[in-house]
Amino acid sequence: MSDAIFTENLRKVYAAPSMRRFRGLSSRGSGPPPIVPFAPVRTTDKGVVALDTLDLRVREGEFFGLLGPNGAGKTTTIGILTTRVTPTSGRAMVAGLDVTAAPDRVRQRIGVVPQRPNPDRSLSTLENLVFHAAYFGIPLDRAEQHAVDLLKRLDITDKADARVDALSGGQQQRLMIARALIHEPQVIFLDEPTVGLDPQARHDLWEILRDLHAHGRTIVMTTHYMEEADQLCERIAIVDRGRLLACDTPERLKASAPGGTLVEVTLDGEAEAAVTPALAVAGVTRAEAHGTGLHAYSERGGEAIPALITAAQSVGRVVTNIHLTRPSLESLFISMTGRKLD
Amino acid sequence: MSPASVFWALLRRDARVARRELPSFLVRTIMQPVLFIIVFGYLLPRMGFVQAGYTSALLPGIIAVSLTLSSVQSVALPMVQDFGFTREIEDRLLAPIPIRLVAIEKVVSGALQGVLAACVVLPIARLIMGPIAGLHLPNAALALGVTLLGSTVFASLGLVIGTAISATQIGLMFSIIVAPMLMFGCAYYPWRGLDAVPAFKYGVLINPLVYVAEAMRGALTPSLPHMPLWVACAAMVAMSALFLAIGLRGFVRRSMS
Repeated sequence: MSDAIFTENLRKVYAAPSMRRFRGLSSRGSGPPPIVPFAPVRTTDKGVVALDTLDLRVREGEFFGLLGPNGAGKTTTIGILTTRVTPTSGRAMVAGLDVTAAPDRVRQRIGVVPQRPNPDRSLSTLENLVFHAAYFGIPLDRAEQHAVDLLKRLDITDKADARVDALSGGQQQRLMIARALIHEPQVIFLDEPTVGLDPQARHDLWEILRDLHAHGRTIVMTTHYMEEADQLCERIAIVDRGRLLACDTPERLKASAPGGTLVEVTLDGEAEAAVTPALAVAGVTRAEAHGTGLHAYSERGGEAIPALITAAQSVGRVVTNIHLTRPSLESLFISMTGRKLD
Repeated sequence: MSPASVFWALLRRDARVARRELPSFLVRTIMQPVLFIIVFGYLLPRMGFVQAGYTSALLPGIIAVSLTLSSVQSVALPMVQDFGFTREIEDRLLAPIPIRLVAIEKVVSGALQGVLAACVVLPIARLIMGPIAGLHLPNAALALGVTLLGSTVFASLGLVIGTAISATQIGLMFSIIVAPMLMFGCAYYPWRGLDAVPAFKYGVLINPLVYVAEAMRGALTPSLPHMPLWVACAAMVAMSALFLAIGLRGFVRRSMS
């Protein structure tokens, strides 16, 4: 099977904000351009490193997830793959074409669902689809039929002639999916598609995505919701600070999570001193300090809690909070980065 | 799929939106010129404050102002919003054609709206002002060409403005750029009239509206004093090219990162 997406040593450094300001008025106060991550990863004298050597391979027909916290480089990655961000170095191929060498032809083969719905508000729901199809060279009569079918499939037929402002958040997101599908792309990109949706709308969206995948479409989705990635994706790439930390099926990723339950004990001060007594607690296989957080992996679940509290007290710390996490993508992520996802 | 067919689809989209918003488009673009015509082309001559011949100098200028306002606004206003907050233009940036073509389509569509505004204002002006000495309508084709060229200058300027300023600066832009441009654009008086004030006569030459108004005089009232038509047209071509180059650079910078 061939690759739908292939990246090699992909790197993106954004010009430092102070340097951008001198380039013109445009970067001043014009609202946040959504493609620049708002939690910069690493700043060097050359600028903000959003992506630091990323190698990815997505197979045709695969449902692929990019999982990571805000500012991890997910949106930059999607930006490069959808031809809207120019990589600083490295190579990215989508549907067999180089994104920098042939951006127009790549755009013909991809559908993009943005982080925030951005329908054409001067047009009706149906017109949004028909005109978007026309931008891809699809003749009017065929576009209209296809648009009507898509609206039916995504259950927004009753809003076909309404101005898009009359659509709810979930309906607008479905319109964005319909728009991404109207020209029959090979690969669909979704950037945090369920952010801001209520639980019902989110589950409806999941069903739509499962259905698309069942029909053989390659789907690449970014999310910082663990459950979403776990439920939907065949393979997940965990990214943080512009680097790929792990890439595998959800099952194998979860299996590689450190053994036992993660007990996060928050203390009233630095946790470093509590690591040694915590390691002495029966059933605790690993313990680390992250600021005021003591992360202990316990094979016996919550049983270790009383002993961990005692261990903290033995070095003069008071426990202010306790949180349990079963072996999951979340505990894997925390064990790799020392931080929570959201 | 050819770039031409996509370009045509983009134009059709703008035509659909323009048709739907025609009433507000007309109010937005012809209100200012028409009010000006009423005061300076009708009331003041009746009161005897200005000579009757003034309308001949005013008419071509008013047409130039109409196309200026219309083409600048129809490109700059939506683009400032698109790049600022709504990101609505994204669906067009996903089209499988070079991004610059999306910007050029905006300029073409803006220029056509400028031509439309000029065509609406001309008969209204003639109606309100009454007979205009020296008006030479056989030159209609020439006037249309000047209108198209002038609209291209200002649609390109609209692209520069639309990609260079943010939504919060738009009111400021009209006070600082557009208002002085209209007043010092030789629209309400002929450029030759500035012989009386040499500093102004040469100072206003950086103003693109001067060339549009003067070219319009050359086309509509050729018997009255005006800048040589070829000079005005050459200046418009040069300014179009300059604004388009700057605007396209700005557009690519705002669309890509």
